[in-house]
Amino acid sequence: MKANPDDIKVILATDCGSTTTKAILIEKKGDEYRQTFRGEAPTTVEAPFEDVTMGVLNSVSEVGELANRRLVTEDGQIIRPSTETEGCDIYISTSSAGGGLQMMVAGVVRSMTAESAERAALGAGAIVMDVIALNDKRLPHERIERIRNLRPDMILIAGETDGAKTDKVIKITETIGAADPKPRLGASYRLPVIYAGNKSRREEVSEILAGKTDLSIVENLRPTLEMEVLLPAREKIHDLFLEHVMQQAPGYGKLLQWVDADIMPTPGAVGLILKRVSERLGINAVGVDIGGATTDVFSVFSGEFNRTVSANLGMSYSISNVFAEAGLPNIMRWVPFHMDERDLRNRVKNKMIRPTTIPQSMEELIFEQAIAKEALRLAFIQHKSFATRLKGVQQQRTIADSFDQDAGAQTIVQMLELDLLVGSGGVLSHAPRMEQTALMLIDGFHPEGITILAKDSIFMMPHLGVLTQVHPKAATEVFEKDCLIYLGTCIAPIGNTKLGKHCLDFEIDLPDGHTEKGSLNAGDMRLLPLDVGELAKVRLNPSRSFDLGKGRGVSLEATVQGGKAGVIFDCRGRPLEISEDPAVRVPLLKRWMTELNVYPTEALEG
Amino acid sequence: MAHAYTPGLKVTENQIVRKRRVLPLQGELVVEKGQHVKPDTIVARTFLPGKVTIVNVANKLGVDQSEVPSTMLKKEGDPVKEGEIIALSKSFFGLFKSEAESPMDGTLESVSGVTGQVVVRGEPEPVQVAAYLEGEVIEVLPGEGVIVETAGAFIQGIFGIGGETFGSIAMVTDSPRDILGPDRVKPEHQGKIIAGGNLVTFDALKKAIKLGVKGVVVGGFDDKDLREFLGYDLGVAITGHEDLGITLIVTEGFGQINMAPGTFNLLKTYEGYQASINGATQIRAGVIRPEVIIPNLSAKKAVKPTAHILGMKKDSPIRVIRAPYFGMLGKVISLPPELRRLESETRARVVEVELENGKRCVLPRANVELIEE
Repeated sequence: MKANPDDIKVILATDCGSTTTKAILIEKKGDEYRQTFRGEAPTTVEAPFEDVTMGVLNSVSEVGELANRRLVTEDGQIIRPSTETEGCDIYISTSSAGGGLQMMVAGVVRSMTAESAERAALGAGAIVMDVIALNDKRLPHERIERIRNLRPDMILIAGETDGAKTDKVIKITETIGAADPKPRLGASYRLPVIYAGNKSRREEVSEILAGKTDLSIVENLRPTLEMEVLLPAREKIHDLFLEHVMQQAPGYGKLLQWVDADIMPTPGAVGLILKRVSERLGINAVGVDIGGATTDVFSVFSGEFNRTVSANLGMSYSISNVFAEAGLPNIMRWVPFHMDERDLRNRVKNKMIRPTTIPQSMEELIFEQAIAKEALRLAFIQHKSFATRLKGVQQQRTIADSFDQDAGAQTIVQMLELDLLVGSGGVLSHAPRMEQTALMLIDGFHPEGITILAKDSIFMMPHLGVLTQVHPKAATEVFEKDCLIYLGTCIAPIGNTKLGKHCLDFEIDLPDGHTEKGSLNAGDMRLLPLDVGELAKVRLNPSRSFDLGKGRGVSLEATVQGGKAGVIFDCRGRPLEISEDPAVRVPLLKRWMTELNVYPTEALEG
Repeated sequence: MAHAYTPGLKVTENQIVRKRRVLPLQGELVVEKGQHVKPDTIVARTFLPGKVTIVNVANKLGVDQSEVPSTMLKKEGDPVKEGEIIALSKSFFGLFKSEAESPMDGTLESVSGVTGQVVVRGEPEPVQVAAYLEGEVIEVLPGEGVIVETAGAFIQGIFGIGGETFGSIAMVTDSPRDILGPDRVKPEHQGKIIAGGNLVTFDALKKAIKLGVKGVVVGGFDDKDLREFLGYDLGVAITGHEDLGITLIVTEGFGQINMAPGTFNLLKTYEGYQASINGATQIRAGVIRPEVIIPNLSAKKAVKPTAHILGMKKDSPIRVIRAPYFGMLGKVISLPPELRRLESETRARVVEVELENGKRCVLPRANVELIEE
């Protein structure tokens, strides 16, 4: 890598997602850096390749072809340094190729400590593949076989109250030690195991597991029988997943040798760039990156940054899990026509088993975007429960609270205080119409009051995030000029009333000098064109049932920002409730989608 | 996207397949290197200590704890049978007798004159691992297990449920385009692996279980039936541990999809042969696919599996892997280099194809897969 940042003229960056590998080229044009070309190829973690670098080379070759610049040698090496016609000066990468998080949990008693461990894992967004307990009616060798066959990404062990004098948690730990669990993606790292049991047994547990696994020790999940402490284990699961599991993939070791800076996990890189933007503009922001296996949500409120990775919510490998978690009715509430359940289920599963396919028909696109809305909604619920004011402080709950998955503390994510909502990831970045991205963000996040909407133009936030580490100037310039596309502003009053009853009067001074006035009823949506870079003053007068942040029925003046979609009035109410009755819901969906120009009118008939 | 890759499913007639067969615990090997093994040949085993049951002899006999040793008919270390009398007391000059029986087959482990209890340990429980494949032991892993090698046909499915099993192959449809309904499952299929068709119905699967069919290999299966079959909605595709009485291997996908002709013909060629199948699937990085292995030890020149990359070109045979033409076969007519706008308004690299019904259409390259010839 060239020592002087000013000598760097060509930057190549890739992001290895679970499904797609994206490559971008950044070139110095005069004094400034601009993103110039982009390529993508399926991520090659499956047979016959089982080597993530194949997908990297394919995506880089595509960039090379488009840029008319040779980037890869005949024997598959990335060419450095750059000349007039070939190569790049630095090559960097992010990765989330490892996909979702599947865990096993263990405890002494199935209905007590093992259940607490299961709750902690579920709360961290993991799929629990199996629960091992001393009373699970299996013999030790059966448990060992199960651990080996399932190849979990992580194991959480709980058991006994603090100071208990039995050796039961040691028995469970010995079973796991005997299984000698190996990570599913090879020997480049050791399997993370978290011990959250009797604290007086920590030394013995370390002796059994420390040599075989990557052991972490956290607070006991059940320090006493009556108390359950989930948060420390939940946060540790999350951190270990992000740092040690997610970025791993077959061929990861090879990729490590190619890059000029450490490979960052994709959410780490996206979080960095969002944090930077928020700091620079002095605003509260929420960002989301919806991928094939995971959905990552980031928030900055009053300077406090939070990041969550919903490990099994995504649009390809995890699409079936979104379907299972959200349920068919929740997905169908965003589809403006009838679809046969049997057919729908098959479509979802086929996307899961063939993750690189794309929607060809408009009907498929509408359905896929409906699933995306639910993935966003579920990921945001998880984010809000993590991003709490008492973060880091031990949360204690009595057993009576145990059925509640919520950590219990108040979230710092306050939608009324949110200034900017940014969407990234294939389904958001590559949606054919800007209005589709805007509506997915609105329906997934339910912004309140006045919120600017933006998207990552061609999905390059991960690349720029890692670039901030090695060339902050280039990262900032490209982010400002090429990455963020403003979609417009969403105005959404809080409150609910009967459909058709008065909600809001507005006046908006448009840049051409004309003032547009209007009155909207509950259940209405309206799109007013206001272009990128344009600002407009609005005067908003909500009815007594609605609040825009100043109180019910209190008027408000504000300046709104334009974008590729425009200014979107969303008078469907908050909390957003969509009728379950298709006779009510379907005409409304059609009206909203037509008003916002989301899909061609003829496509809404299904 | 410039490229479209299939999930890389193997359908080959003559391949070397190796399987590592190891015990969960340290144990002993019961086969040697070079030995020919059948699927059910035990290759390694170990024994777990039997379960322990405590018999309160003092209570049963109505005697003082300290008297228990003198009532014992069996001593420590003696083998005992279930129901066998292990202790006896007599009173009133032998007129009344009280007995204590062994609750199970096993060994009398200890007698306590303090607690009045007797410990009986059940028979050691064997833990063993079978060869799974017919083939040859090519390597022994001392104390752990062996590696078995075979040569023959190897078919990877795209999704499966249920674990390892074996049986002879019986084709139950005439073509890859038929539905595998209950009428095609017959009593003579007991113990066999039935194959063929584009969809196995839920009723056919239930009937197969009832008749003792060991496995089903089919083109498609409905997710709605999968839910009913499993009893829950499968969120993440990690399977193989289900104990449903049958192993199911889906070769093409969900819904009614004709089994690929190559797969169907290969299975048909080997009808009557013994196959080993495993439905275990993990669709995530580090993927595991379900498999059908049909050993054919007389076959010549089996090849080691290699990864080869096929590029799509004119006349390449393809299959559509997403709606609206999902499952249809065709061939490549042309590969336009520029991005094209699809009906969904998405811009993507496309391929012009002629489908099996003669229809020509333009599809995203990501939505077709090459069929290996």
